[in-house]
Amino acid sequence: MSETWEPVIGLEIHVQLKTETKMFCRCRNGFGGGPNTQTCPVCLAFPGALPVPNRRAIEEAIKLGLALDCTIAARAVFHRKNYFYPDNPKAYQISQYDEPLCSNGRLAVPTADGDVTIGITRAHLEEDAAKNVHVAASGRLHGATATLVDFNRCGTPLIEIVTEPDIHDADTAKRFLQLLRQTVVELDLSDAELEKGSMRFDVNVSVRPAGSGELRTRTELKNMNSFNFAAKGIEREIARQIGIYEAGGEVQQETLHFVPGEEDSPPIRSKEEAQDYRYFPEPDLVPVHPPAALVERLRAEIGELPGARIGRIADTLSFYDADVLVTGGLDRLWSALVGAGADAKEAANVLSNQFVAAGVDPGTVNAAELAKLVAARAEIPRAAFDEALSKAGDAGFAAGPYLEQKLVADAGELDPVIERVIAASPGQAEQFRSGKEGLLGFFVGQVMKETGGKADPRIVNERVRAKLSGT
Amino acid sequence: MIDALRLTAEEAKKLLDAREISGAELFAAYAERDDDLHAFLYRCDDPGGDGIPIALKDVIGTKGVPTTAGSKILESYLPVYDATVAANCKRHGLRLLGKTNTDEFAMGSSTENSAFGPSRNPWDPARVPGGSGGGSAAAVSGGLAPWALGSDTGGSIKQPSALCGNVGLRPTYGTVSRFGVVAFASSLDQVGPVAKNVRDCAYLYSIIAGRDANDTTTVEVPEVELPTAQDLKGMRIGVPTEMNEADGIEPGVSAAVRKAIELAESLGAEVGECSLPRSVDYGVACYYLVAPAEASSNLARYDGARYGLRSDGDDFREMVMATRHDGLGDEPKRRIMIGTYALSSGYYDAYYGKAQRVRTMIRREHAEVFEKFDLIVSPTSPTVAFAIGEKAGNPLAMYLNDLLTIPSCMAGLPGLNIPCGLSEGLPVGLQLIGPQFAENTLFRAGHALEQALGFDVVPERLR
Repeated sequence: MSETWEPVIGLEIHVQLKTETKMFCRCRNGFGGGPNTQTCPVCLAFPGALPVPNRRAIEEAIKLGLALDCTIAARAVFHRKNYFYPDNPKAYQISQYDEPLCSNGRLAVPTADGDVTIGITRAHLEEDAAKNVHVAASGRLHGATATLVDFNRCGTPLIEIVTEPDIHDADTAKRFLQLLRQTVVELDLSDAELEKGSMRFDVNVSVRPAGSGELRTRTELKNMNSFNFAAKGIEREIARQIGIYEAGGEVQQETLHFVPGEEDSPPIRSKEEAQDYRYFPEPDLVPVHPPAALVERLRAEIGELPGARIGRIADTLSFYDADVLVTGGLDRLWSALVGAGADAKEAANVLSNQFVAAGVDPGTVNAAELAKLVAARAEIPRAAFDEALSKAGDAGFAAGPYLEQKLVADAGELDPVIERVIAASPGQAEQFRSGKEGLLGFFVGQVMKETGGKADPRIVNERVRAKLSGT
Repeated sequence: MIDALRLTAEEAKKLLDAREISGAELFAAYAERDDDLHAFLYRCDDPGGDGIPIALKDVIGTKGVPTTAGSKILESYLPVYDATVAANCKRHGLRLLGKTNTDEFAMGSSTENSAFGPSRNPWDPARVPGGSGGGSAAAVSGGLAPWALGSDTGGSIKQPSALCGNVGLRPTYGTVSRFGVVAFASSLDQVGPVAKNVRDCAYLYSIIAGRDANDTTTVEVPEVELPTAQDLKGMRIGVPTEMNEADGIEPGVSAAVRKAIELAESLGAEVGECSLPRSVDYGVACYYLVAPAEASSNLARYDGARYGLRSDGDDFREMVMATRHDGLGDEPKRRIMIGTYALSSGYYDAYYGKAQRVRTMIRREHAEVFEKFDLIVSPTSPTVAFAIGEKAGNPLAMYLNDLLTIPSCMAGLPGLNIPCGLSEGLPVGLQLIGPQFAENTLFRAGHALEQALGFDVVPERLR
């Protein structure tokens, strides 16, 4: 019985805003302070403390909502989500419930086969919890002897974005997340760094027989802190669920904790123990009424979004190249390079390979100089080229000195070296001549070494072959 | 010689300005009196200066001065910041005499729910001073403070003022900052003044009222006018039938209120009947869903982790449960349970959701009445002060004590209590309720009536 199965995937993404201050108090929002130094009566939930919403955070949430083609609510309401936990000092989190700031949007995700449009159910503002630090020799929760709470993160602003279950494969989920991240970064709302936790996501996965419209029991995957882990976790979970159904079983609704490198995602909690959060409208806050003029001003501040640029650039390059350039934040530099005369494909290759490896901020690069370098790539020694790239962001960077280090391509100069190398290894030369073609690389390598990497490898190849063949 | 029982804040200010008394003498006149009423939970040393002394209900956070909200769970708590109203008092030079007793977390109508024992009524120490702000009311009428601040959620300023024979204002919701005030029910809590007369009450209101950037529910308020008029010409006063003829209103209370209404008419007011049937029928039930629901969430922060009492437990959950078991009294626990239930998934619509819709209806019903009247009147409390212990075992009887104060609180409207006579030798309170932001109207009417009534605010046994 080989039924075909269709995965149904929905995403919940939390993005930490990089506002100056926290969501509901004036404490600094940011890393760096010692534990519990960025706190006040409001974020520590002292008696009588009241929240005051951060206007900037509201504006940024609206901006993201607009970028995601959402409806911006004329009236948005904060709710209390009640639960006891050491990282939650008020015992409620101020969040949004049935009247979120942004709803009913969409994000078109370019793929090799055209755009896939993913519905955005909502995007709302809420406050982050404190950080629990479990202290134990093993560093793991199990066996922890104590928990320390650092309230610096408590009350920092988060935007939660919830998608419709419109995604049907792991690759699209990954592309959606990458595109969303790039959108958030370009809107300058967040660093959205997965390693730092300033962008986090949970994935809801279920499968159903292909063609059926039903929604089956879903599981929630947590703790995937890279896009590749997300894709891997989703694939694994899809396979697990299909396996259960094909063996005649039922999928249990539960939350699974993704552990990189391990086969299974162990459950954290099943929904039978689900909390009743007793949501109710936060009486300490009045509803938010974003003025239409503000919404329009914010809309006008949004430039061409990454999704649109991928589509545009894919007309020139491949979809793959366009995707890498845009989600890597490299496409503006690429356009500048092309504008300065660089070959489009060549520029894309350099940017998405050597340039990324050099770790230079693309915003600091003088495109005209870099374009000269790109054009001369084949004629410059690899080491010199890499060094040039690593300095491409420095003030006053000029391609000139690197262009002068052209490769030695003159056979007259190279032939004596080649002859010396062949003479030094007569055995290998004999083996080559009797058909062991792979040894060509050995000789080429020796020549490159002898010339300190300054020989043009294409010419060396040609000459070595000629000399070995005795012509 | 300073007569602490009789001296008003306005008179005290005149004496200070004329240098007939010193600030230290004035402070000592109150601070040195014996607090046999247990009005205070904490009394302060004179901080110096020439301002008028004041007592603050112990739900108002005061930097470096204990603030317990009448609860064991906050017994060891020292605020690190001043409530906005406390800061406003300081800015006007007012000097803190101490923190007055309250039902635990302002939940109650007698101060018997205070974890530190009840206060006593200055008119009869065997009786309650009302609640939850019984400490502030007892302090003002017992000569322990010239004036005080209270807080009112469903009647906690008006009702004790009625039972102790002083003037108390519950301001329009949103006119006085709640920042730094230990929260009971956020959508209802309002701080307000308790005083010996209406002018003092109005002046103290002018000190605390106004928009506060730390409380987003506050608004700018109309300038406060100290009342001078002796008549009520042109004033349209409504008498809601249901609130003046409700079951349980004592005959002596009814009689005193009726006399006050007749007096109002003789001062030139146009008096007419009106009706608030649904507000009175559903007000208390609605209040006892909304207030406990909010309280269940507001009181959840008292977990022993960061301040206040901490009891031992094997893990976080056990510690929180032990702390709350040991630190919270029966009434907060009762309301937390009611409120948690009312907000539970599956019950929300039937309870909290419906209560909010009823609340909207109460607001509308009041708004309609105020299309025809400038203010409405009724008894503040259906009874005079009752004996300590009389209702303590019967929470429902205690809740019904607030029958007449609750509807206007639910509607967010201002209410002023003025004493209007005696019944069985105990003060009777008249409640004046106005539309939103009509404090000046209430002051004007209250002042004119007060002058005509000539009520002596000093308890008979202390004269």
